[in-house]
Amino acid sequence: MTEYTEHLLTEPRKDTERFRFIWLVTVPLVAILFQVYVPRFVSFLSYLELPLLITVHFALSSRAPIASVFYGMSIGLVQDSLSHQPIGMFGIVKTLVGYFAASVSMRFDVDNPFVTFILSFFFYFFHQFFYWVLDRALLGEALSFDVQQTLIFGLLNAAVALPLFRILDKLKVTG
Amino acid sequence: MDFFLSRYRNLTVLLIVIVAQLLLIAYQVKTNNNVPLMRVWAVTAVTPVETALELVRRYTWGFVVDYFVLLNVRGENEKLRQDNGQLKMENHYLKAELGTADRARALSVFQTQSPSKTVAARVIGNGTGSNSKVVFIDRGSTSGVESGMAVVTPDGIVGKVVDAYPTASLVMLITDPTFAAGVISQKNRVRGTLKGQGHSDTLVDYVQNEEKVDGGEWFYTSGDDRIFPKGFPVGQVSAARNGKNFKEIYLNPSGLQSGSVEEVLVLLQGVHQQIPDGEIASPGYKILQPPADNVAGTPQPTGQPTALATDADRLRQQYKQIGTEQKHVFGEGIPGSKPPDFTKMQGIRGASPLPNLTPAAPPKPATPAGGNAGATAQKSSGSQPADANGGRAGESAATAAKPKPRPAAPILVTDPTDADPGSDVVPAPAPKTEKPAGSGKPATGPATAAPPPITPAPAAPKPPVVPNP
Repeated sequence: MTEYTEHLLTEPRKDTERFRFIWLVTVPLVAILFQVYVPRFVSFLSYLELPLLITVHFALSSRAPIASVFYGMSIGLVQDSLSHQPIGMFGIVKTLVGYFAASVSMRFDVDNPFVTFILSFFFYFFHQFFYWVLDRALLGEALSFDVQQTLIFGLLNAAVALPLFRILDKLKVTG
Repeated sequence: MDFFLSRYRNLTVLLIVIVAQLLLIAYQVKTNNNVPLMRVWAVTAVTPVETALELVRRYTWGFVVDYFVLLNVRGENEKLRQDNGQLKMENHYLKAELGTADRARALSVFQTQSPSKTVAARVIGNGTGSNSKVVFIDRGSTSGVESGMAVVTPDGIVGKVVDAYPTASLVMLITDPTFAAGVISQKNRVRGTLKGQGHSDTLVDYVQNEEKVDGGEWFYTSGDDRIFPKGFPVGQVSAARNGKNFKEIYLNPSGLQSGSVEEVLVLLQGVHQQIPDGEIASPGYKILQPPADNVAGTPQPTGQPTALATDADRLRQQYKQIGTEQKHVFGEGIPGSKPPDFTKMQGIRGASPLPNLTPAAPPKPATPAGGNAGATAQKSSGSQPADANGGRAGESAATAAKPKPRPAAPILVTDPTDADPGSDVVPAPAPKTEKPAGSGKPATGPATAAPPPITPAPAAPKPPVVPNP
């Protein structure tokens, strides 16, 4: 194990950071609005899964699995409410993402951009894949899963996550 | 249990949440029902923001887009304005070209149908001198133009060539004060000398006060000047009054009516033409077309009365009927022979309607001496201009009824004064005969220097030729 990897794994942040409540509500809402509104005019932006990135960022920042579970669940349920799918599909997926992201954040230095990129990519792929699994398992819909496209979109979302997380970090307060 | 929950609290919460959502999904799938309340909340929370965003977008981004669109519109308007101006200029140019083409076509038609040998020329400039009315034309001696040649248009004479250069010629207009030409009136055959006045009107001089000239009467070239062939229209009388020594007759030159002449014909070899028969004078007003039966082109048999026959026609018809019954042929018989017995005539009023008043009973053909009513009517009607010159042979009756006569006229020598001035023969006075329909062109002759004798049209009754004293 190299010194760098030891640094990534053994020096988790000790301080706790939290968002103001207003941002906790507004940022996911903006992300959902972006997802439902912007692709009307810029269709190629539909690949962006901003609610997922917000969930990941919150989970990584808060390091609180239970809070992240509920945060992810709330965002997912709102997404489900604005979709044609039964309510709970995105909720389950984002609940899991929030939990796992919060769990991972306690073991990794999530301030590192590389770690952030990898985690964002991974959670995007996990999100898409698990949603596909739930869709097939619970709803019985034979949707196809394009791995290549999902990987590419995962990379793009991870690329977007880096600056987005920087912006969201500005909204946090250290306490 | 408490240990488990406290140790695996996070996982426990996760499982509870997951299970709860799974149950929710299961419930929705099983009952095929949504959770409307949750959706209503979500939609109610999101859609107002979407509406606001849409309004903001419409009034911000839409404004920006409209601004750029208007920028393009401004440029497009500028371009359209330029195109419009260019098209207007092109339209003016094409209209001018069209007018030129019309004039050129009329000139070409006239040139083709005129018996005279002509060359078309274009006026390229004016001469110097404020009072001089001379113009330059683009035809010169290389085109056969010589000094003294007449310059005409289909509407009338324009002037004469005073100088011929290799590539251009100087033409004195008939309005020049030094211009003079012999003219003759159409109706009363009054001869005079046309003189320019330096302005738009011209004067016919040397006409005795006793001569009768009507207003609106046409004057034609008489050929006396040996420059202009006889029979070309000169102009219409605009004013005629008695003067101190001679009558003052002012003409409105027909060849210069458009103000400035642009295309002309130079008569390389002029041919005298007949002056059209005197039409109704003062045709300055609109006249109706003649009745259709008179302009149909088929001359009515002499003596055949029409439904509108007068008492004279009826009386003549009775004479003819009596003559026919007594086997008498009018126009024959030597003087002193026994005339028909007309004592049994019933008179006009007492006579019953004649059986042959209808066209269905044609009488015998017209005799040369008798029954000129139809012919006279026809002559004074639209059939008159049908043109001996061939120039307007196809013109309709309406065109023929126009007051403005054309230089080409039927070959009908009825007046000794119509004889060519330089000819050694003149047609003798002869009774007026019917004009032959579609009579040919007038006689052709040598150059303008020596006006040739006029040969009546072949179709016309040949009058006796009397040597000119």
